[in-house]
Amino acid sequence: MSEVIDELVVREYEFGFHSDIETERLRKGLDEDVVRAISARNDEPEWLLEWRLGALAHLRTMEEPRWSNVEFPPIDYQDMHYWAAPRPKGPAPASLDEVDPEIRATFDKLGIPLAEQERLSGVAVDAILDSVSVATTFKARLAEAGVVFCSFSEAVREHPDLVRRYLGSVVPPRDNFFAALNSAVFSDGSFCFVPAGVVCPMELSTYFRINAENTGQFERTLIIAEEGAKVSYLEGCTAPMRDENQLHAAVVELVALDDASIKYSTVQNWYPGDAEGRGGIYNFVTKRGRAGARAHISWTQVETGSAITWKYPSVILQGDDSVGEFYSVAVTTNRQQADTGTKMIHIGRNTSSTIISKGISAGRAQNTYRGLVKVLRSAEGARNHTQCDSLLIGSECGAHTFPYIEVKNDGAQVEHEASTSRVDEDQLFYCRQRGLSEEDATSMIVNGFCREVFDELPLEYAVEVQALMRLSLEGAVG
Amino acid sequence: MLSIHDLTATAGETRILDGVDLDVPAGEVHVVMGPNGAGKSTLANVIAGRDGYEVTGTATLDGVDLLGLTPEERAVRGLFLAFQYPVEIPGVGNAAFLRTALNAHRAARGEPEVAAVDFLGLAREHMARLDIDPAFLSRAVNEGFSGGEKKRNEILQMSLLEPRLAVLDETDSGLDLDALRIVAAGIERLRTPERAMVVITHYPRLLDLVRPDRVHVLAAGRIVTSGGPELVATIEAEGFAPLVGSAVG
Ligand SMILES: Nc1ncnc2c1ncn2[C@@H]1O[C@H](COP(=O)(O)OP(=O)(O)OP(=O)(O)O)[C@@H](O)[C@H]1O
Ligand SMILES: [Mg+2]
Repeated sequence: MSEVIDELVVREYEFGFHSDIETERLRKGLDEDVVRAISARNDEPEWLLEWRLGALAHLRTMEEPRWSNVEFPPIDYQDMHYWAAPRPKGPAPASLDEVDPEIRATFDKLGIPLAEQERLSGVAVDAILDSVSVATTFKARLAEAGVVFCSFSEAVREHPDLVRRYLGSVVPPRDNFFAALNSAVFSDGSFCFVPAGVVCPMELSTYFRINAENTGQFERTLIIAEEGAKVSYLEGCTAPMRDENQLHAAVVELVALDDASIKYSTVQNWYPGDAEGRGGIYNFVTKRGRAGARAHISWTQVETGSAITWKYPSVILQGDDSVGEFYSVAVTTNRQQADTGTKMIHIGRNTSSTIISKGISAGRAQNTYRGLVKVLRSAEGARNHTQCDSLLIGSECGAHTFPYIEVKNDGAQVEHEASTSRVDEDQLFYCRQRGLSEEDATSMIVNGFCREVFDELPLEYAVEVQALMRLSLEGAVG
Repeated sequence: MLSIHDLTATAGETRILDGVDLDVPAGEVHVVMGPNGAGKSTLANVIAGRDGYEVTGTATLDGVDLLGLTPEERAVRGLFLAFQYPVEIPGVGNAAFLRTALNAHRAARGEPEVAAVDFLGLAREHMARLDIDPAFLSRAVNEGFSGGEKKRNEILQMSLLEPRLAVLDETDSGLDLDALRIVAAGIERLRTPERAMVVITHYPRLLDLVRPDRVHVLAAGRIVTSGGPELVATIEAEGFAPLVGSAVG
């Protein structure tokens, strides 16, 4: 490959605009008053306030973890806002048509039209701006099928029993520092409930957008699929370009009861910072699912954004014959850092898990796969297959693989394969000889490298993701 | 059409091409033969713009200096190279690859893109003619293809892209007789007054199917002899040794 590859130009971040939406915020800082204020804004019941305060008390006994393979300056948790929302211009909108035009314009610009008739693809969307949900589409049609899909705050009001039963049941508030932080201050998020035996009639998706400055985003997603239910859910994320770093510490909990199936896909494109590493989102997220007997939980993630990505979507394979999958593409360019992977905890008998991770690094980026496969003594007949492939573009980036394997049952089968390669000169020349530019050729080869993961994405997003990959790699070559 | 003058190529300390002169007028098919390691593939690579060689001399296509262009600029100006060893590109569908390539060519000519459906029709037509299994399209580029299948895939690409100048580097090697006939037919179909072709081969049997206008022998980085089709018989009878000897001596 030509020397030019090492010369990184600033890549354009397409979603870096800021919308002038009047914003209301709580004062900076993290303390009981802020937690009480957040709870009060959402009209929360007493138990939830207590739950938050318990998390806050516990957080004070914890230290921010530093074991991952990423570097960042100390975060001042008192110097940020924990809640921001578009200031309402009158009473809450009764229908989608009444959503503030400025907010609608923001989502239109992101390619997420909120007007239902425009969603030809038949995907229901929950749109979250900063700390609150601003619109959820297709609610009526989903309700006909018995599916609840709404903002978290609405779920707290409308379905308090479900929320109380499942909130924190997969990721307890004390789980880790960022989970405790999120439990104390989470503002909104998406909630989904699919009753027993129901196959959700359409793709569900949540679109997260950070707009306000100096504001962290702490959303909470809870998806419950009862016995035999089935749902596919996708989240997308973007943020404006800013010189400061912004914290995003979300928690996602998936509950798949016996014979249920949850497919959770993420296309994460938070602002990654500029070529020098200024600005960008710190994406510190806890995602975990619990699978009952014969249940199926599948995580697919395409991570192209964020200055730092630190997340390990996991599956607790509790029920016998349950299945966990993790398909990941993580792209890092410029100064981005990613430390991501999964945990598969095999508890039930004949549980099986598959991990396919594709890491792509360019520029001076660092890309780490960190995964744990844990097979408990009870997990007779457990099986895991792990495959981690890294692709390097240029000579100053790094790829690292840390597979941890703990097997307590002798009958378990655990396989791990890993590879590291560079974009092949012969492949590039072959493509260019057929008329493709160096950039198109690289993006085509990289897309091919990610094929197994992309094939897992809902069809509606496949094309979008390939375009996103191309955009992410722009400037990394040529 | 193609005009090469005093072309040299050096990789590291090794001079591989040592002053190649070659003229291929429009409408003609020229054959290049020569011993292993003579520099035939290097000549093809240098014409196509592969990195990694220090190059001097000139090479023009219709008067346009090729050496100053990127590989993709040469490609969309009508230069096609059928590779001696086509690479596998895992995960990249053959159909998407071919369509992207075709659209790159069309864009350079100011023509609109071919839509996916129209492309499929076009590709199937070419594949039927070349007796290529339609299942090829849904497989990854060359991945798991047999040697002969890879060569046929090169011919498929050539027939879709309809180049002005095609350089075929041992496209006939490793083919069974039926495949050889198909490849030869593919070459003949592109043999028009406005196109030209350089066919690199070790096997006279191809030349029974495709009659060349000129035959050149490349040895030790130079064209040492050129002649009409009858030169093939001489080489077959006597080998390269006498010709190479005269070059060195
Ligand atoms: N990049 C390179 N660096 C060093 N040596 C090279 C390089 N490319 C080619 N060579 C050498 O140059 C010589 C010519 O190689 P080339 O592949 O052009 O031969 P060829 O005539 O095509 O042979 P064959 O008939 O076996 O295909 C060989 O000795 C080869 O090893
Ligand atoms: Mg050769």
